[in-house]
Amino acid sequence: MPTPAIQARGLVKWFGEGEARTMAIRGVSLDACFGEMLYVVGPSGSGKTTLLSILSGILRPNEGTVVVKGQDIWHLSKDALAGFRLATIGFVFQDYHLFPRLTTAENVAIPLILRRRPWPESLASALHYLDVVGLKDRADLPPIKLSGGEQQRVAIARAIISNPEILILDEPTASLDGETGRRIVEFVRTHVLTHERCIVIVTHDSRIAEFADRTITMEDGRITGEARGG
Amino acid sequence: MFPLLTLAYKLLVNDRAKFTALTVGLTFSVFLMVLVTSMFVGIMQRASATVLNTGAPMWVMDPAVTTVANSIPMPDYVLDAVRSMNGVRYAVPLYSGGGLVKLDTGIYQSVTVLGLDDTTLFGRPYLIEGKIEDLYADDAFIVVRDTEFTKLNNPKLGTTFEINDHRAVVVGIAEVPVSSLFGIPTLYTTYRRAIEDIPSARFTLTYVLVQPKDAAAVPEILRQVHELGYRALTAQGFRKQITSFYIYQTGVGTNILIMTIVSFLVGLSISGQTFYTFILENLERFGALKAIGARSYELISIILFQAVLTGLTGYGLGVGLCALVIALAKLRLPDYAAMLTYLNLGLAFMMVLIIAGVSGYVGVRKVIRVEPFDVFRG
Repeated sequence: MPTPAIQARGLVKWFGEGEARTMAIRGVSLDACFGEMLYVVGPSGSGKTTLLSILSGILRPNEGTVVVKGQDIWHLSKDALAGFRLATIGFVFQDYHLFPRLTTAENVAIPLILRRRPWPESLASALHYLDVVGLKDRADLPPIKLSGGEQQRVAIARAIISNPEILILDEPTASLDGETGRRIVEFVRTHVLTHERCIVIVTHDSRIAEFADRTITMEDGRITGEARGG
Repeated sequence: MFPLLTLAYKLLVNDRAKFTALTVGLTFSVFLMVLVTSMFVGIMQRASATVLNTGAPMWVMDPAVTTVANSIPMPDYVLDAVRSMNGVRYAVPLYSGGGLVKLDTGIYQSVTVLGLDDTTLFGRPYLIEGKIEDLYADDAFIVVRDTEFTKLNNPKLGTTFEINDHRAVVVGIAEVPVSSLFGIPTLYTTYRRAIEDIPSARFTLTYVLVQPKDAAAVPEILRQVHELGYRALTAQGFRKQITSFYIYQTGVGTNILIMTIVSFLVGLSISGQTFYTFILENLERFGALKAIGARSYELISIILFQAVLTGLTGYGLGVGLCALVIALAKLRLPDYAAMLTYLNLGLAFMMVLIIAGVSGYVGVRKVIRVEPFDVFRG
């Protein structure tokens, strides 16, 4: 029986009030386990991104609980929640969000810098993780000099540098061509996923479906399907 | 905290175009603020030249006097009355007035004449040529060598000229710490000769210079002179009064204020605008940092550090540039009326801090409001 990394129960989220109220999530419950690569798929507006934000401690639900490693994260204070994200979760954003004025290595080092690690130590660690994603020779370049696929790998290196137990990838292939996107997710599957790590990917790219351990389908704020594999 | 500040530093400095724009804008702003206020301080010092050069600790004058130049003569009994007051060690008369010199060439030149007490010559200048006792010789005058000296055709010891149709002989060339504001040469002579040579009204006593027995006696002397119907001021008080006159009763103060405000607004607008653009360009990335786990106060410290760093860089460069310009100007014009003081440096520093604070606040407001969730929404 795999150990659950995230246990979400009865999540409800709406935006606006009164007549303007829009339901984004309607009573979603799910588990994501260590050693598992979980896909959340569904059409635009189905609530995938909202669910991802709630699971990662970014967006507070109106109802329901999210338990990570035995702790209900939504009972934490704002600062404690930020600390929790920094220590436990790695993010790979759709648009990478790399600082164009920093070098690739400095971008990767940011989570360690936020954890008050000394600058040289953070950079040394960044070089190691750039080596892991095969971009050590690009360490001194600004991200703008890298291709989309390379930038995505830099973002992955930044996400895993602090060795988080949970990795959240938001549409990781949306800005990449099919082959590059496929290689990126394959890389994550092969090199990043471990027994001590849980990876949640929001996507509607069916070309990468083969890499999933389990896929949850969402529609209109509800889970409408769950399947093993892609 | 230091790794975070290193990150802030790199984010700022690596954006060379914006950092240059910020630094140049603030440097220019500080340069203007410091130069304008330095000129004001220099001009005010010149306006108080007689007070500074004479070195008397206390001055007694008519209550209507606003500056040294617009003196109002007092009756002679004031000198005796002041001498008899408690706390006064000694008191001497000083004449200050304007004369008209006719040079060898036939050209007339206005001058300031200071008549020193015949007995003590209290307030005499430092002589670089001649002997002070020669001032007791017939028609003797001392000429101050400053930038106005050439207007008397560079007189030497023994040079003669006419002053208000009286013969005058140069017996000494002097230097004074501060040159006069009004662009005319200064002559020293004895009090008795001054009132003989310069046409005057019924009263001739322009000022009484007072040496109190000690600092504790000053308030008592001020009170007694006030009771006499006149005004006594310490040297510092007199300088303050002169400065107040130029600030509030002439256009000088208003113009300096306007120029300083304009310089401040130039710096504020350049810094605020550039900083705002910088934050807007990086807003999503700051949102990403929040998502990753950066606390709000950490982002605030990044932005404030950047604002303060640019402010201090601009301040340093601005002050340096201003000092350079003043030094170069003084090479060409030794009496160029501008001087840097701790006061105007402090004033500019305060204004730079305000600029940095406002610029930082603009950025902080934006960054605090950005939601990490917006990063996911794209």
